[in-house]
Amino acid sequence: MTTLFTSDHEWLRIEGDVATIGVTDYAQSQLGDVVFVELPKVGRSLKKAEAAAVVESVKAASDVYAPISGEVVEVNEALAAEPALVNSDAGGKAWFFKLKIADKSELGGLMDEAAYKAHTA
Amino acid sequence: MLARDKSSLKRTPLHALHVARGGKMVPFAGYEMPVQFPAGVLREHLHTRGAAGLFDVSHMGQLALRPKSGKVEDAALALERLVPQDIVAVAPGRQRYAQFTNEDGGILDDLMVANFGDHLFLVVNAACKAEDEAHLRAHLSDICIIGSLPDRALIALQGPKAESALAKLCADVTAMRFMDTGPRKVAGFDCFVSRSGYTGEDGFEISVPAEQAEALVAMLLENPDVLPIGLGARDSLRLEAGLCLYGHDLDTTTTPVEGALEWSVQKSRRTGGARAGGFPGAEKILSQFEKGASRRRVGLRAEGRAPVREGALLFGDSSSSEPIGKVTSGGFGPSLNAPVAMGYLPTSLSANGTSVFAEVRGQRLPLQVAAMPFVPNTYKR
Repeated sequence: MTTLFTSDHEWLRIEGDVATIGVTDYAQSQLGDVVFVELPKVGRSLKKAEAAAVVESVKAASDVYAPISGEVVEVNEALAAEPALVNSDAGGKAWFFKLKIADKSELGGLMDEAAYKAHTA
Repeated sequence: MLARDKSSLKRTPLHALHVARGGKMVPFAGYEMPVQFPAGVLREHLHTRGAAGLFDVSHMGQLALRPKSGKVEDAALALERLVPQDIVAVAPGRQRYAQFTNEDGGILDDLMVANFGDHLFLVVNAACKAEDEAHLRAHLSDICIIGSLPDRALIALQGPKAESALAKLCADVTAMRFMDTGPRKVAGFDCFVSRSGYTGEDGFEISVPAEQAEALVAMLLENPDVLPIGLGARDSLRLEAGLCLYGHDLDTTTTPVEGALEWSVQKSRRTGGARAGGFPGAEKILSQFEKGASRRRVGLRAEGRAPVREGALLFGDSSSSEPIGKVTSGGFGPSLNAPVAMGYLPTSLSANGTSVFAEVRGQRLPLQVAAMPFVPNTYKR
């Protein structure tokens, strides 16, 4: 299992041909208290860099972009009921959606943990 | 007014204290202001409703209107040329909410007017303060000497514990009621204290000499009931309280009647009153009092959990292509744990309970017109 990161502060956990996607702890600290999460519909086909989900704090709404292309195979319904999970466990329980990876070569452009740490330092 | 170059931004006398307390500084109305502190908007909001929050509002304009005659009534009468409020009736030691109107009946700014016995004290919005001062000078210089007070900071202490916190530094404040105001010694400093605010909570606004502001705020923050609060929670608090934000819910295209501010225009200035009219846009505004206006500011509650924010278009049903109105302020109300918004709708659709739809990210979200304040106020009347 590999974890990769984007410069937009998303993480991807790659298991076979499925990527689980969420936002990083750094992202949640910048967003502030999350009060609402809108997730994509299962079955939706996302292109890389397309707006896929929305995360809203008291103050503002922010888009979460598809870090790679693929079909949405599962979404985390728990986030709708408990958006604050994004603040308490961004890298774990607060995953947003799972994508069936369309093109594995797109993973090549993403950062590993060390590169992401340098990016947010 | 958003300055991108931070070096061009002004700082309030409390800037260093905000930075030391971990405030996240952002540009606002030409100033570097804290949008939130480490507690975050949600906790800051709830702390203000549950205990006491301390806000730096030093960016706002403080003005003194001194009558050349020495009689405060003359300054009050003069100011009535520019606002639709009864200023003459504001007793010494009291203050009133007012609006500067333009010839079209639109609102140039909203403000507080206090009677300090021998002069009037005005607090105006930061983004409008230069224009307001010029407006006063252009129209009232025959009667008044207009002075701005840039050497004073302004702080607000709001919430159920505000009285006990401030009383430790000024015992007299416990005797004040909502909208009482005047000079008071606070911790020995020469302050102006009013029992008012912008949160819907009981509380105070304190004008303090700039050089003493940091010391006063440090004393207030020693009290564990008091936390510093940023602009983020200031906005969510005032929204839940149904209070207008100038430049968003009110502007030069909205009249006091359209803005649902009829309560702020006293009978003496309306048709048939002792000093009816005589303010810019009186013809239009007084006609709207008689015949109604075509649109009206309303409160909006969502059925779902998605916040509906400023700029969202409003529709009469789930499919029509013509918008009927627009959201002017909106977000998430932490005390209600639900989205809240306000906006303008045709008066025929402004009754509480009316169903409308807001377009958010291409979807029509159902909303209901709802009474404001969304959270009951706790003013000490």
